[in-house]
Amino acid sequence: MSFHQGITAKPRPRITPDHQPLWDGFKQHKMMLPFCEDCGKPHLPPGPVCPHCFSDRLDWREVSGRGVVTTWVVVHKAWFPAFAEDIPYNVVQVELEEGPRITASLVGAGDQKLDVGQKVVAVFEPVDEDLTLLRFKPA
Amino acid sequence: MAKAQAAVVGVGTTAYGRLPEYDAYDLGMWALSDALADAGLGFGDIDGIVINRIPDYQRFCEIAGIDPQFVTITPGHGRFAAICIETAINLVSSGRCKTVALVYGNNGRSAGAAYGGPEDSYGSGANGLWFPYGMTSPGAFHALMMRRHMGLYGTTPEQIAQISMTFRNHAALNPQAVMRQPFDLDTYLNARMICDPLRLLDYCLINDGGVALIITSAERAKDHAKPPVYLRGAALQTVFADSMFPPDDFWRGAMKKVADRSFGEAGLSREDMSALMIYDNFTPTVMFSLEGCGYCGEGESGPFVAEGHLALGAKYPTNTSGGHLSESYMQGWALNVEAVRQLRGECGDRQVHDAANVHYSAAAPVCSSIVYSRDAS
Repeated sequence: MSFHQGITAKPRPRITPDHQPLWDGFKQHKMMLPFCEDCGKPHLPPGPVCPHCFSDRLDWREVSGRGVVTTWVVVHKAWFPAFAEDIPYNVVQVELEEGPRITASLVGAGDQKLDVGQKVVAVFEPVDEDLTLLRFKPA
Repeated sequence: MAKAQAAVVGVGTTAYGRLPEYDAYDLGMWALSDALADAGLGFGDIDGIVINRIPDYQRFCEIAGIDPQFVTITPGHGRFAAICIETAINLVSSGRCKTVALVYGNNGRSAGAAYGGPEDSYGSGANGLWFPYGMTSPGAFHALMMRRHMGLYGTTPEQIAQISMTFRNHAALNPQAVMRQPFDLDTYLNARMICDPLRLLDYCLINDGGVALIITSAERAKDHAKPPVYLRGAALQTVFADSMFPPDDFWRGAMKKVADRSFGEAGLSREDMSALMIYDNFTPTVMFSLEGCGYCGEGESGPFVAEGHLALGAKYPTNTSGGHLSESYMQGWALNVEAVRQLRGECGDRQVHDAANVHYSAAAPVCSSIVYSRDAS
């Protein structure tokens, strides 16, 4: 994380080769997961092998983008200067229908109170031509 | 009953607080000198050294003018207090070392250590995926865990507050503690939110300070300045798979394993414990440790702490020094010293009457449990 990036702009994801298909999918407004061709299970965060069976035969497939909120936090401290104007902002963790969990934020809830178990669906928010962020909205 | 193989024969602590005139080396040296004097030993007696959080082991030993046979250095993560102690137990019980010094020096307050933000790496290197959402810091991670606990079990802020208030009451009896002014429930509830549901008073206190322990074999331990405190049982269990997300079981499975293994090794039970020292980087960690170690049932830590069991004079006096929340965040080290001092009867106004056994535990991606005892078996 460079100094000027932290001050002037929100942090961007650190996209490793393993993570690239996830972010490419967001750009196309698709939720993609790496499925293991041996044991069949998907996993997140993306890694070079399946953490369930250690196979390296991974296949990225589009999934539903639906899930439930397992937990959330409302951040009141400006850890990143670029987030100062957003305070307080939420971060949610969502368990996808297909199993893996993912971290993002919830939009479009209005005054609706968040709850553990709240059903949500993925939405995609273009930041610029290189980056689209995943968010969730109430389903 | 199994006989203890290792013992603590010396402990040393610096003042805690804002100490800008000391760096981490100075703080470590202050604590080590104090621990050696406590043990009736000199620098030349150290034949093994384990350094934690101090930047460089070579420079530290150069300053001390010592050439131990064994040396290692470990990351400045709180979970490493127990890992270092486990290392020392192995070194002295195997006979590979006679006298092992564990030295911790932390100038985090003066150095402006921030647990969160662009430099923070908490969460298995997860920051690459967390930062775009402003997700960062161990505090936010524990807030995620607490929120889920509240959702599943109905745990309330009023219950959580009891932990913070109780430890502050203990700190009021500890001259070494940084924060000694008791507070009431309204003060807790009105403290500013940092990462909702966690408020300022759910967070530990980042300070400058140093801690050292001297560990030797149980056999040799009898020949030192003070009565030995025996390391009767110790166990570690990692929880790294899927650790970018809060563990579904709040670390209960791993905590049960380390508690069972260390109590089994000690030949003691939870009921035998005179006091508990529980790693309290944040209040929720205390709840997860109580559940995991079996002091209360699954999901029942809220009502359990609200019943007052953690106070001095109650069944399980916990963090009698004030802990990380009120004495100082010394990353588990000072809690281990407090266990030793309680068993020696050195704790003054906060002394637990006739303390015989003390249990240290930490719930984290490396779960740990250590059973300290006045008696070798």
